[in-house]
Amino acid sequence: MQHTSTQDTFVGLFVAAGIVGLFFLALQVSNLSSFTEQDSYTVTARFENSGGLKVKSPVSAAGVKIGKVSAISFDPKTYESVVQLSIDSQYNTLPDDTTASVFTAGLLGEQYVNLDAGGSDEFLKNGGQIEITQSAIILEKALGQFLFKSAEEKK
Amino acid sequence: MDNSVSPQNSLVSVQNLSFSRGNKKIFDDISLEFERGKITAIMGPSGTGKTTLLKLIGGQLFPEQGTIIVDGNNVHRLRRSELYNLRKRMGMLFQSGALLTDMNVFDNVAFPLREHTHLPESMIRTLVLMKLQAVGLRGARNLMPNELSGGMARRIALARAIALDPMMIMYDEPFTGQDPISKGALVHLIKSLNTILSLTSIIVSHDVQETAAIADYIYVISEGKVVGQGTPKEIEQSESDWVQQFMTGAADGPAHFHYPAKDYVDDLLSTGKRY
Amino acid sequence: MIEFLQQLGKNTRTGFTKLGRGTFFLLQTISGILSVLPRPRLLFNQMYSVGVLSFLIITISGLFVGMVLGLQGYYTLSDFGAEESLGVMVAASLVRELGPVVSALLFAGRAGSALTAEIGLMKATEQLSGMEMMAVDPIKRIISPRFLAGFLSMPLLAALFSAVGIIGGQLVGSGLLGVDEGAYWSQMQAKLDFQDDIINGVIKSVVFGFAASWIALFEGYDAIPTSEGVSRATTRTVVNSAFSILGLDFILTTLMFGDK
Repeated sequence: MQHTSTQDTFVGLFVAAGIVGLFFLALQVSNLSSFTEQDSYTVTARFENSGGLKVKSPVSAAGVKIGKVSAISFDPKTYESVVQLSIDSQYNTLPDDTTASVFTAGLLGEQYVNLDAGGSDEFLKNGGQIEITQSAIILEKALGQFLFKSAEEKK
Repeated sequence: MDNSVSPQNSLVSVQNLSFSRGNKKIFDDISLEFERGKITAIMGPSGTGKTTLLKLIGGQLFPEQGTIIVDGNNVHRLRRSELYNLRKRMGMLFQSGALLTDMNVFDNVAFPLREHTHLPESMIRTLVLMKLQAVGLRGARNLMPNELSGGMARRIALARAIALDPMMIMYDEPFTGQDPISKGALVHLIKSLNTILSLTSIIVSHDVQETAAIADYIYVISEGKVVGQGTPKEIEQSESDWVQQFMTGAADGPAHFHYPAKDYVDDLLSTGKRY
Repeated sequence: MIEFLQQLGKNTRTGFTKLGRGTFFLLQTISGILSVLPRPRLLFNQMYSVGVLSFLIITISGLFVGMVLGLQGYYTLSDFGAEESLGVMVAASLVRELGPVVSALLFAGRAGSALTAEIGLMKATEQLSGMEMMAVDPIKRIISPRFLAGFLSMPLLAALFSAVGIIGGQLVGSGLLGVDEGAYWSQMQAKLDFQDDIINGVIKSVVFGFAASWIALFEGYDAIPTSEGVSRATTRTVVNSAFSILGLDFILTTLMFGDK
């Protein structure tokens, strides 16, 4: 009970250090800075096959991250994969004929959605749809095709 | 038997109390009366559950049978908040003093005041110093409990027990393990506090001389029963062998020197298997 | 054989009785927290002995654990040419697992055992009983503030442990072994998710703090009031806390990271 003021100082320092630690983890270590989705708009893209794409996979244009995948679902009528892309609203000038493709970062890296801008004057809006899509390259399929082709050529 | 204690005038009344711990019967249907403003002593050898009795009166333990009435309240029927309110008017002095080890003497005595009153700090200071003065340890206010001797710790604990000006104090073995001077100081304190603050005191002790010197009435308990009661003088002249043995401190008598065992010779001659 | 079964049955029963007492104790403690809130001083004093006094051991251990992770991670990752991912590896292991678990184990050893010994000694020296006779509820006055302090300090300690560890990993990784500093941080930031990793780590440490404080306080409160009883209770605190922390960690990990 004695020296309470020094004790208080130490408790204060301890709590402050702990909170600094938490902030450090939140801001420096994790993706909180990009997690704070200031404002974003959602567009839909339909893929024949979205491969290993996951919710929170990055969406990038010209190699820069501009958003993330917010939902993936299967359409039982068209047998397509419906992918919701949530894009930061500061990038609101994407033409409506933009192409979306599922790419892989490196040979074994994680998959992401790449957007290639088109030439239209109309821009994508919230709730809009990307018409032109390119599915994920499935390694097994590609290999199979390659083998098939080379076998045919040999004939 | 003398029956000068009338229940009407008693602050604490223990009626037909039974309590056992495990298979051992500690109290077997005993009744005790503690008169207002008097010092009543419970005497008996160690292990007769004298401390247990105080805890029963304080409502920390529950009896198997019987009732304990403190100032008109049946202790074990009270709701928790009522019991706590009653306890504020009961002081208890533990054998070890039970001072809070992480506070100094001043804070220990101030503890009940700070917990139960909203007095300003200046008034608490005055009250604490008054209580410390009463036990003669005003100068020790900045010591920590581990710097106190046993006798000092008990006196501090006594100052703490009277901090809220209770109606009664229960002393648990106040004289045990004290040097003669400390004993004398405590005897004097208990007696004078009882008179000055018009307290009711209950002393649990096996120190015959000190207790007999200040008690107004004595109960002698053995094996869960009251084996003798009366004023110190009556007890001294008691015809009960048991009371005589206890008061004079004879090694053997109705209370045996040996713990119950099978026959000595048989035991020595047996094979030594564990039984 | 029958004797053995009897003993087993008896032990099981005492085990359940103790669990019951412990649960009742926990409920009392939690309900006592309300009466701590108007008296922050009680909490501050305990934050000091629980949190501040564990600060040093936590930060130093965190630093060393991070450095070792940096070293070992580097050796393994460089086999795949993936040293750049060192930051991810160090941070993920610390934030998800080692931070909460190791700091909770250290907390149980440092603060938990001290709490048990303190409460046990207070019981042995009749201080708790004395308080009750002064019409002060020892649960509210003694136990609840310590409990609150324990489980408030735990996430702070775990965060410190992880943060210091990540810095330690970086010191070894880029200072000693030549991993690019930018890659260390940026890969980490790209891979670690605030909600999935940081928040889950914090939740873990809160749960561990809750369990470790409960065990420590209850063992002290339930200790046999002799010096031997208190020393046994202190040992039990460390053992039981370690079991509970590791067991809870398994459960929480399956719940949090299971669907990945």
